[in-house]
Amino acid sequence: MTTATKDQVSERVISALVEFGEEPENVKPDSRFEDLDIDSLDLVELAQVIEDEYKIEVTDADMDRIATVQDVVDFVAERQS
Amino acid sequence: MTRRVAITGIGAVTPLGVGASALHKRWAAGESGIEDGLGRCSGFEPTDHLTRRQVRRTDRFTQLALVAAGEAISQAGLDEAPYDRAEIGSVMGTGIGGLSTIESEHILLREKGQRAVSPHCVPQMMANSAAGALAIEHDLRGQCYGTVSACAAGAHALGTGARMVQHGDAIACVAGGAEAAITDLAVAAFAEMGATSPTGISRPFDRRRDGFVMGEGAGVMVLEDSEMAELRGAEILGYLTGYGATADAHHMTAPEPTGDGAARAIRKALADAEVEPGRLAYVNAHGTSTPLNDRAETEALKTAFGELAPAIPTSSTKSSIGHLLGAAGAVEGVATLQALRAKTAPPTLNLEEPDEDLDLDYVPLEARKLSVNGHPAIGISNSFGFGGHNAVICMEAAA
Repeated sequence: MTTATKDQVSERVISALVEFGEEPENVKPDSRFEDLDIDSLDLVELAQVIEDEYKIEVTDADMDRIATVQDVVDFVAERQS
Repeated sequence: MTRRVAITGIGAVTPLGVGASALHKRWAAGESGIEDGLGRCSGFEPTDHLTRRQVRRTDRFTQLALVAAGEAISQAGLDEAPYDRAEIGSVMGTGIGGLSTIESEHILLREKGQRAVSPHCVPQMMANSAAGALAIEHDLRGQCYGTVSACAAGAHALGTGARMVQHGDAIACVAGGAEAAITDLAVAAFAEMGATSPTGISRPFDRRRDGFVMGEGAGVMVLEDSEMAELRGAEILGYLTGYGATADAHHMTAPEPTGDGAARAIRKALADAEVEPGRLAYVNAHGTSTPLNDRAETEALKTAFGELAPAIPTSSTKSSIGHLLGAAGAVEGVATLQALRAKTAPPTLNLEEPDEDLDLDYVPLEARKLSVNGHPAIGISNSFGFGGHNAVICMEAAA
């Protein structure tokens, strides 16, 4: 499996949040989830997307440390390296 | 002293279209929403009415409920009413709840394991999620719950909502029912128990009737303390004046053949409304098109009304839209109120060959003007459910 670039991960996370119901113009790499209309159930779903897409395990503890789109990108890069 | 319960808003999504008016006008014109043996709300596109986020996070039965409630609440002007929101309740009946969610998530579980199951599965499948979604959407902070009594659930919701207002537990209550159970599993299960029509034709009270046709949809009413409604200048469409509910305590799916439980519910509703059978202008029958229901219901009407029974026009909404299960009682309540307001009994469609002893006036094939002698029209709507549940509501059109 080829490693996803940071831009690809960022794009994937943003598209997931838009799929969850966010307006595309509201979602930026530094957007904080708590400032968006993203709740705890959405975050579980986001974790499922990440696991499925990048074949890495995401625990509740991992998600507790993730607050922005950029955090997800950094997390995926770290796990894939 | 109990309060009089005004109806200030109605809404419906049915196989005849989106909106309460489509239900009345098209049914009264003798049109059917049944296609290929099913009563689907094929004209209902959730994203036309709800945000992408709402659609993604709700089962179809909740989507139908939100749209029917939106119509009723908008007509009543309830979002703008000068009430403490803690004084507004919401009760939504359903037979099953989020069945399509349960089925699709179960497939994911079997094929891909637990981690594939959506975190939104539980809030979508819960039978009370329509009531909860309504409360959230319209900031209704009073009592809120679902009623679950199969095909009587919508009528139970209207009845308990009316009680809430009568007893001052709420100034207003948004009440109704919603169902979206036309799924592979439910279609197979109802067919295997012999409840649904193999010919796919809904013809209540006809000699050839062979089961009900499954339908989906939602019906909602805004029930409101009539004095408070008048004070705020709301238009009053009619009144929910009586409610009666009983159990057959006989069999899980077969009605008690003498119709005793149903007759007791009808009598209770009339007594509650302080109405004699002679004042009834119209009966909206449960009329499922199953051999057993239509016979037992006819017996029940004869028991409850005596010799007056054949004189009261009695028709079945299910002949036009199929059986909406937990939504049926609410949708038919909405249909009944509109029939009373228009002084028109819409017809029982497909009733061409009368059955022996089924000899009431079922308003076959064509709508009929109701005779009311200058009084506001009064009528009842019957609902009976698997489990032996009987629920009847009595309504009166505004003068």
